[in-house]
Amino acid sequence: MGADAKVAGSTRLMVGEHFMLGDHACAEGALAAGLDFFAGYPITPSTEICERLAHRLPQVGGRFVQMEDELGSIAAILGASAAGARSLTATSGPGFSLMMENIGLAVMMEIPCVIVDVMRGSPSTGLPTLVGQGDVFQARWGSHGDYSIVAFSPSSPQECFDLTIRAFNVADQLRIPVFLLMDETIGHMTERVVIPPAAQIPRTPRKRPTHAPGEKLFLPFKADSDLIPPMAHAGEGYNVHFTGLTHDERGYPALNAQAHEELVMRLSQKVSAHASEVTLVEEVNLEDAEVVVVAFGCTARSARRAVNLARQRGIKAGLLRVITLWPFPEEQVRRLAGSGRVKRFIVPEINLGQVCREVERLTSLPVDRINRAGGAMISPQSIVEVIAA
Amino acid sequence: MAASVPMTNGVTQVRIAGFGGQGVILTGMLLGKAASLYDGKEAVFTQSYGPEARGGASSADVVISSDPVDYPLVTNPDILVALFQEAYVRFRPLLREGGMLIVDDELVHPDAGETGMHAIPATRMAEALGRRIVANVVVFGYLVGKTGVISRDAAIKAIESTVKPKTYQLNLDAFSAGYERARGDRVS
Repeated sequence: MGADAKVAGSTRLMVGEHFMLGDHACAEGALAAGLDFFAGYPITPSTEICERLAHRLPQVGGRFVQMEDELGSIAAILGASAAGARSLTATSGPGFSLMMENIGLAVMMEIPCVIVDVMRGSPSTGLPTLVGQGDVFQARWGSHGDYSIVAFSPSSPQECFDLTIRAFNVADQLRIPVFLLMDETIGHMTERVVIPPAAQIPRTPRKRPTHAPGEKLFLPFKADSDLIPPMAHAGEGYNVHFTGLTHDERGYPALNAQAHEELVMRLSQKVSAHASEVTLVEEVNLEDAEVVVVAFGCTARSARRAVNLARQRGIKAGLLRVITLWPFPEEQVRRLAGSGRVKRFIVPEINLGQVCREVERLTSLPVDRINRAGGAMISPQSIVEVIAA
Repeated sequence: MAASVPMTNGVTQVRIAGFGGQGVILTGMLLGKAASLYDGKEAVFTQSYGPEARGGASSADVVISSDPVDYPLVTNPDILVALFQEAYVRFRPLLREGGMLIVDDELVHPDAGETGMHAIPATRMAEALGRRIVANVVVFGYLVGKTGVISRDAAIKAIESTVKPKTYQLNLDAFSAGYERARGDRVS
């Protein structure tokens, strides 16, 4: 439990102010969101999430299982969620790679779950203890085929707490896997975290069937006008067939082009139809900005300092902090690009160029890249140099 | 009395470096927690977390400011606490010019030209209290007394809310020993 010997006992919600590790704040956010089930395989730099929940979750009536590997972990949380549990796993790049197949299964079977990836230097086992931000595209495109998911990127321990709660709510609302793309710096940073009382913690319930179990008319994969079908849980008496195969509204395999077109389009469109509700950004000094830095995670903290330093030198710089990486905040970037005031974008990130591709496809203005392979934060000074160039 | 708090542009960077088992991580945690929760300041605490930190060097970094801390890492400490020789050798060159150096002078033998250093025999003082293990809290008390970077009250609240109740009095005694030494001390 780290240096803090006093970890709350049987209280699910540790209401109050804490000086808390980012990983622990993520675990506490999950508990606050009503986490029922965690299955995971510890891996640096996400291990502290696992440790904290191994200690805390059983005390508040939840189940914690340390699995044999990450394939087992993701499979277990899908099963638990299909039975109605709010379910979580936490990993880092190598484990995230192993989870990809069943992430596609979660998308196809429309099973809500939250997957935390605390990014470290990659590819492969890379730099276990050092920061990276190279899993941005993997989160979007890692499993095969076309689908849409939601991914949040916290820049502080407080946001680890807040966004974990939001991730559960979005997962349940849209019936999708939702990712929390943390990075090692944020996961291993300790800062003030305020945990509000229960009444202030929002909970979006899953949409549930209006039919009684056994009613012939119930079609478990028939979506409403919001493109989301109500979810029947295993063990409630409904006859529900879950499959990764293309299926019809009954859930039965329908192996033809028309059924496939309808299903895959709906799975993708149900996310884009709700994109504006889940796409979060923070705008810093953008009102009159001519140079816009687009950054996320720990790099956004360097970028904030850089923008302030540039302002002190009389340069009109601003920061668009991307909190929701997927769906990417296209509208916000387009609006800045079309303002007539912004002259160029700068995208610092601890990878060889991922988020910059999103910005590049949304504007014809110059986009300057600042890339590091991983292992260290990008310094504010190196961003200032590009702003001032 | 402590002079002005060591800081650069309103931000105080502190590095506490020792070897595994000396409790430098707890010291960093206490410092950041006191500033953040009990002194109305903003603080970020990080620890060196690389292979080089295993089986030897261990360091805790705290950034303290009255404004929100953006960049969370320590680059050039305003305050360096070195609790063994290797930590001194390795991190002394990073200390900001005019920054404050604090050492356990029974464990660190500074260069001949070292001036303005603050020395405390923390390990020996902790042994006198009956437990060598609280040397880090003696250093914490000395750091608070010498720099004023956080208040005494905030430091004690942080100790109280962090350590196990049965060790609270021992830790408080260790803190007080270091704090009082700093208040009656002069630059060596």
